[in-house]
Amino acid sequence: MVKRVVVGAHYGLRDWLAQRITAVIMAAYTVVIVAVLMPGPPLSFAVWRDFFAQGWMRVATLLFAVSVAWHMWVGVRDILMDYVKPTGVRLSAQVLVLVTIAAYLGWTVQILWR
Amino acid sequence: MVPASARKARPKYLSLPALLFEIRLPLAGWVSILHRASGALLFLATVWLLFMLDRSLASERDFDFVRHYLGLVPVKLALLALVWAYCHHFCAGIRFLLLDLHRGVDKASSRLTGIAVLAASLALTAFFGARIW
Repeated sequence: MVKRVVVGAHYGLRDWLAQRITAVIMAAYTVVIVAVLMPGPPLSFAVWRDFFAQGWMRVATLLFAVSVAWHMWVGVRDILMDYVKPTGVRLSAQVLVLVTIAAYLGWTVQILWR
Repeated sequence: MVPASARKARPKYLSLPALLFEIRLPLAGWVSILHRASGALLFLATVWLLFMLDRSLASERDFDFVRHYLGLVPVKLALLALVWAYCHHFCAGIRFLLLDLHRGVDKASSRLTGIAVLAASLALTAFFGARIW
């Protein structure tokens, strides 16, 4: 029997776990939002604005957005690692994705607290 | 010295026509690759969704613009594609979480949950699509 020595800082496990935890957070948010909005009347601007102006809604949406950002980063990075072999191209693409996700997150904060 | 793996000829089945027409994915493979494709699509489409959220919360006029914009048929179709992507990613994701917990790993139940994911995401898309229309 070969005894394998597992080395490294386990960054892979951390990302794997983060992707799953963020998935559960996003799923819960989705179900709550659909349950709250579906039975309600057709949306008017006032209803829509007041809905997003509530404190819990802002915090929950920010938590959702952070989860999306982290989940996206792990997922898109996996795709790039699988299909983009030249190191330089992959690194550039990863930087581009990180900048994009940071911009998404910044924009979300701006929308929520305008 | 060249490693043995580099000298070996590529198996003929990795040719492009074989990948496209000969090798058929099992059902769970379709669920998996669609999970990846829908995830990539949602990443790319986030900028568009944020744009609409931003406008819809900006002012009454912008809200009306978004409402009018969402009434256009090509926009509706694009949104429908994203609704499917979200529903599929959601359902397949739950299936993968259960697989991580060693639920439904055997061949028969894996096929069953795979069918359930494809069917449920299409049903949810039809439901929300009807609401959009």
